[in-house]
Amino acid sequence: MIPLEHFLVLGAILFSLGVYGVLARRNAVLIIMSVELMLAAVSINFVAFAGYIAPEEFRGLVFALFVITIAAAEVGLALAIVLRLFRNRTTSNVDEVDTLRW
Amino acid sequence: MSYEEGIFYLVATVTVLGGLGVVLARNVVHAALFLIVALLGVAAVFLLLAAEFLAIVQTLIYGAAVTILVLFVMMLTRVRDVPQAVDGPQKPLAFVVGAALLGVLVLAAVSTDWGALGARESVQLVPLRDLGSSLFRFWVVPFILVALVLDVAMAGAIILARSEEGE
Repeated sequence: MIPLEHFLVLGAILFSLGVYGVLARRNAVLIIMSVELMLAAVSINFVAFAGYIAPEEFRGLVFALFVITIAAAEVGLALAIVLRLFRNRTTSNVDEVDTLRW
Repeated sequence: MSYEEGIFYLVATVTVLGGLGVVLARNVVHAALFLIVALLGVAAVFLLLAAEFLAIVQTLIYGAAVTILVLFVMMLTRVRDVPQAVDGPQKPLAFVVGAALLGVLVLAAVSTDWGALGARESVQLVPLRDLGSSLFRFWVVPFILVALVLDVAMAGAIILARSEEGE
């Protein structure tokens, strides 16, 4: 019998790690990987709530499924943008891409 | 401590260590390999939550496809040649923000009375067949919309990533 809080705390830890990664990393590919970590943490929360609180119509499970799908689309697009960035600027360091910076 | 809890702590430890590896590893390829560990750990957590279909989807899409894609882009953008660009100067601030967020989230998760909100003692098992029929009946419109989004995003990714004429 694992209490619901255990899953929520695990999700919180993974999400915070992802936030730290997004803020600390300077390489675009590493930032995308940290975002993946955050999305996985959110999926854990959805599935945990679906199992423990609201199983009607599988809301949590379907949401987690959609999160996985959208994340796959997001990572494909984001990596294509990184690739294009590297071709144009020969860098994937987000600090060096500051033409539009105010 | 029941054996279920023992398995949960084992899986959670592996997942968190994988996540730590993703955000702390100096070598970017190691970070990508740690990402596989973390995402497969999340798939194992889905299994503990009796969501076996999601565990399989997570393994196939994240454990395999997404990580391979990340490694390919690392190879194509030659990230390894610029190791000094891994971490930025705002690392201490990022640590403070991450720790503060962790504190708030854990406090919210622990202090809320989930029993009063109708939480069960343990996870409820649902037949996979019911999930499938719900997905294609109750959720059919969002399902088709998500399929369209994925389709458009993939086409966009291909157009963005392909080489132009003469390049």
